Amino acid sequence: MTTTLLTAAARAVGLSKVYGEGDTRVTALDQVSVEFVRGQFTAIMGPSGSGKSTLMHCMAGLDSVTAGSATIGDTELGGLKDKQLTKLRRDQIGFVFQSFNLLPTLSALENITLPMDIAGRKPDHAWLDQVVATVGLADRLGHRPSQLSGGQQQRVACARALASRPAIIFADEPTGNLDSRSGAEILGFLRNSVRELGQTVVMVTHDPVAASYADRVVFLADGRIVDEMYGPTADSVLDRMRRFDAKGRTS
Amino acid sequence: MYRTALRNVLASKGRLLMTMLAVLLGTAFVAGTMVFSDSVGQAFKDSQSSSFDNISVQVHNSAAGSDAKASDNNSSALPLTDATVQRIAALPGAQSARGTVTGFAGLSDPQGNLIGERGNTQGSNWVPGADGRDSTYPMVQGTGPVNSRQIAVDQRTAEKNGFKVGDTVRLAVNGPVMQMTVTGIFTTVDPQVKAGGSLVLFDTATAQQLYLKAGQFTTIQAVAKPGTSEQQLLSEVLPVLPHSGNITAKTGVKLSADSTAAVQAATSGMRTALLAFAGIALFVGIFLISNTFTMLIAQRTRETALMRAIGASRRQITNSVLLEALFVGVFASLGGLLAGIGIGAGLKAFLGSGGNLPAGGLVIAPTTVVATLLTGVVVTVVAALLPSIRASRVPPVAAMSSNDQPATQKSLVVRNSIGAAFFGTGLAAVLYGAHLGGSSGRLPVGAGAGLILIGAFVLTPLLSRPLIALVGPLFARLYGVSGKLAKQNALRNPRRTAATASALTIGLTLISALTVIGASVTDAVTKQVTSGMKADYAVSVMLGEPVSPSALPAIKSTAGVSATSVIDSQYVKADGRDLSVSGFDADSFSRLVAPTMLDGSAGAIGQGAALVDKSTAASHHWSVGGSARFTYPNGSTGTVRIGGIYQDSGLLGPVMMSESVLSPHTTAPYYSAVLVSGTAGASPALEQALKDSTGRNPLVQVQSQQQMVKEFSSQISLLLNVMYGLLGMAVLIAVLGVVNTLAMSVFERKREIGMLRAIGLDRRGIKRMVRLESVAIALFGAVLGVAIGEFLAWAAVQLLKSSLTGLTTAFPAGQLAAYVLAAALVGLGAALWPARRASRLDILDSIKTS
Ligand SMILES: Nc1ncnc2c1ncn2[C@@H]1O[C@H](COP(=O)(O)OP(=O)(O)OP(=O)(O)O)[C@@H](O)[C@H]1O
Ligand SMILES: [Mg+2]
Repeated sequence: MTTTLLTAAARAVGLSKVYGEGDTRVTALDQVSVEFVRGQFTAIMGPSGSGKSTLMHCMAGLDSVTAGSATIGDTELGGLKDKQLTKLRRDQIGFVFQSFNLLPTLSALENITLPMDIAGRKPDHAWLDQVVATVGLADRLGHRPSQLSGGQQQRVACARALASRPAIIFADEPTGNLDSRSGAEILGFLRNSVRELGQTVVMVTHDPVAASYADRVVFLADGRIVDEMYGPTADSVLDRMRRFDAKGRTS
Repeated sequence: MYRTALRNVLASKGRLLMTMLAVLLGTAFVAGTMVFSDSVGQAFKDSQSSSFDNISVQVHNSAAGSDAKASDNNSSALPLTDATVQRIAALPGAQSARGTVTGFAGLSDPQGNLIGERGNTQGSNWVPGADGRDSTYPMVQGTGPVNSRQIAVDQRTAEKNGFKVGDTVRLAVNGPVMQMTVTGIFTTVDPQVKAGGSLVLFDTATAQQLYLKAGQFTTIQAVAKPGTSEQQLLSEVLPVLPHSGNITAKTGVKLSADSTAAVQAATSGMRTALLAFAGIALFVGIFLISNTFTMLIAQRTRETALMRAIGASRRQITNSVLLEALFVGVFASLGGLLAGIGIGAGLKAFLGSGGNLPAGGLVIAPTTVVATLLTGVVVTVVAALLPSIRASRVPPVAAMSSNDQPATQKSLVVRNSIGAAFFGTGLAAVLYGAHLGGSSGRLPVGAGAGLILIGAFVLTPLLSRPLIALVGPLFARLYGVSGKLAKQNALRNPRRTAATASALTIGLTLISALTVIGASVTDAVTKQVTSGMKADYAVSVMLGEPVSPSALPAIKSTAGVSATSVIDSQYVKADGRDLSVSGFDADSFSRLVAPTMLDGSAGAIGQGAALVDKSTAASHHWSVGGSARFTYPNGSTGTVRIGGIYQDSGLLGPVMMSESVLSPHTTAPYYSAVLVSGTAGASPALEQALKDSTGRNPLVQVQSQQQMVKEFSSQISLLLNVMYGLLGMAVLIAVLGVVNTLAMSVFERKREIGMLRAIGLDRRGIKRMVRLESVAIALFGAVLGVAIGEFLAWAAVQLLKSSLTGLTTAFPAGQLAAYVLAAALVGLGAALWPARRASRLDILDSIKTS
């Protein structure tokens, strides 16, 4: 128990999230308990509307929870005020969204160092160089987002998430808007950051191939964790998904 | 189209709010001005309508009474006398003739303060008929004054100050204060009294002695016999009048027409000035409106493209936007009309509360309604014209792309070339005009100023980059990432920033130009007063009246006085032209006056020579040692030696002579001031002693050099403050523009703000970012405005130089810096609400928006 406590980068215990009231009441998350272990790449999968984004938002302190608790490191998010949550996101969490990750007025490099700028910290140059080298954007750092392709923009977003060495990176369908080649680059990059840099990454995806880059896949359905899988391959994930579909159809 | 436009207005009513408010404020200003001036004009007209009823013909001597000037003081000006009155009364068509004497009076209230504003209290004469009554002034209590120690007071003044029959009141004209007994209280239809002034009546002999000479009148009013027309009587009157340019005769009808015209001229002057300021406010509003529509259209790019894709023509798109503007214009100007009527009523009530305006109802003329609505609608639609054309250019494919179209670089190049051409031409014109100076430079400077402003507005997008980039490092240093982002945001849409800042630029250009001109003029006057004068005090009478010669001995013998000299203002003719000559006491001249001599010596005045200023010497080709030929006020001619030439000075006038040489050639002395030096310099004791020796007359001023400067500068600053206040409306609208731009920007950048919040920028950081953007825009507009304002003021000073000696451009750096600082604060204030909104945005909502 103690060991898991130490090695969990983020944890949810009995996490529930209910939207609306009365007729419009939707239980997006229903008593979810899950741990994301340090230095591991986890993929979250599930049908549309199953609560994947909601789980991520609640665990990242972007959304409040209805019941249960969410923890980043040893910080319980429930009791935190907006100010403390903001600071936590700034210092401990990295984000990669499906689209619109970058400020159009800033260059690629300025976007990458933005979280450090916000914190008023000097970036660690050796680390920054390593991150930039890994994303392979060294020659594009002075460009504005509008001068970069969608894949390059996502790579800048990943670099930004990594640059401040957060305890955990949340990525919500980071490859959703990309072709398969650009997507593969991003996924390879996220996996490398876990393998080589020891980063913890949690990624929501619909794509079994994307999930196969992860160390572990967690399956969500109707706001509940229904299964998980270690060392996934595209085929095994696809297979598992098909079983859900079949089960969904027969039930 | 009609329905789409209306729906668009309703859908974006929040975003159109500031636009509506701007139009509303501008049109309210217009309507308020019109309602106020119409109402005041009507009230004045009403108050005068009855005052000429009993006059068939009025004869007036413009060289007597309160209209008289120093230039009227010559032998060719004939007086109106008892004889004239009798001759008119004896005319076959005349029923009666009444000689009146009028002039200013200084009446003290029981506390010893002057009643009313200066010039607001008049004195006249009581002319009782055979029955002992004067129908012009029916007595409600007591009787008319019959000797030199009695007066009658108008009823309102008596009530206001608690004067009763039998009371003793203090009163002065231009001599010592007199103790007078109130014998009667009367009512009158005198328009000046109706407008809040006071009137005191003397018996005729006393009035003549105070204001004119025994047996003289300022005015004669004749009443025609029944059956004789005013015109007939006028033709009878004209031959019996003294033949002199200063005597004029008018019929009662003409008199009332003239006074109506005078009221009209006075109110229309005020109306034009106020409307000019309303125009400036509306002009500023155009920037705001145009900016709003541009932003709305940018936000609706995809919708518009979709409309085009499914078959709407360009014209339909344009019309739909214009129709939207029309709705906004109509709604807002209706509001403006109502608000304006309220403002007009409020203003009249406020200004009338002191009794300075005649009573009367509110006049809402049809022109007011039409002009207000038309102005509001036209301004809004014209402002929306360019954006509407831009909307029609949105290509149908834009429906498919996700990007809002960025401003193309090419059009900025075209824009900058046009702007540079305007600016350059304007600059050249102003410089040329300033070089010409005087009235011939007025046109190039005026036209150039317009071109410079237009050029500057066209160029602001270009200028915004380097100027705002200047504050960038400071912002980044002080406020970190918020400062950096604020700078970037202010720069990212140069057109928008420029339009927002330009609105502030207009106001600040005008305000800072006024400030610089005001400071320069004050400076020049200060220099004049302090450089040409050595006297410690100048004794003068308010309202430009001369000091009574009877006061002179008392001033001379006041304890502590070491030297005195009169300034006797007379007009002579030289080379056929009128020329003002001042007579000084030669023996004390050098101790009181210090002209800056360019040639000859000031001492020559003691040998009977004249001193002339440089420009007069040049225009008359006079030189030291030469002589000038004058035709004096009493008609005699003589030759005077030119003893010296001095630097022009508004205070000393163009020619100075010894009073002992001048006075034998005048008809009467006209002492515009008496200069005094004390044995121990200026001191409160001497000032008080001088006041005492002039009989503590509230109309007499004893002023030191500092007091003269102070009085003048306080007049200028009062005028400036009024204008600043009127320009305040334009600044207020500009501030609304800043609020509007920021609110719209926050709305457009919702996703960015959400993302920034997600990656850890706290609410304070977001707020700070929006506020600093606002400060950057405001500073930019202000700096530009102050710079242009200073330049234009410099040019204006070059033009004024010829009419005000010693005028040079003064730059009140502190005040100008304060304006820039104030603009920054205004920017901060304008950002309060948008910044708050930005910081309260829900992170998840913002991120999900796409
Ligand atoms: N703000 C909200 N208000 C009401 N219901 C919401 C809200 N956000 C999400 N939901 C509901 O919660 C459930 C889970 O939503 P969520 O966005 O987490 O699904 P998801 O698994 O991310 O789906 P997708 O794969 O389509 O992104 C859905 O039924 C959704 O309708
Ligand atoms: Mg989702």
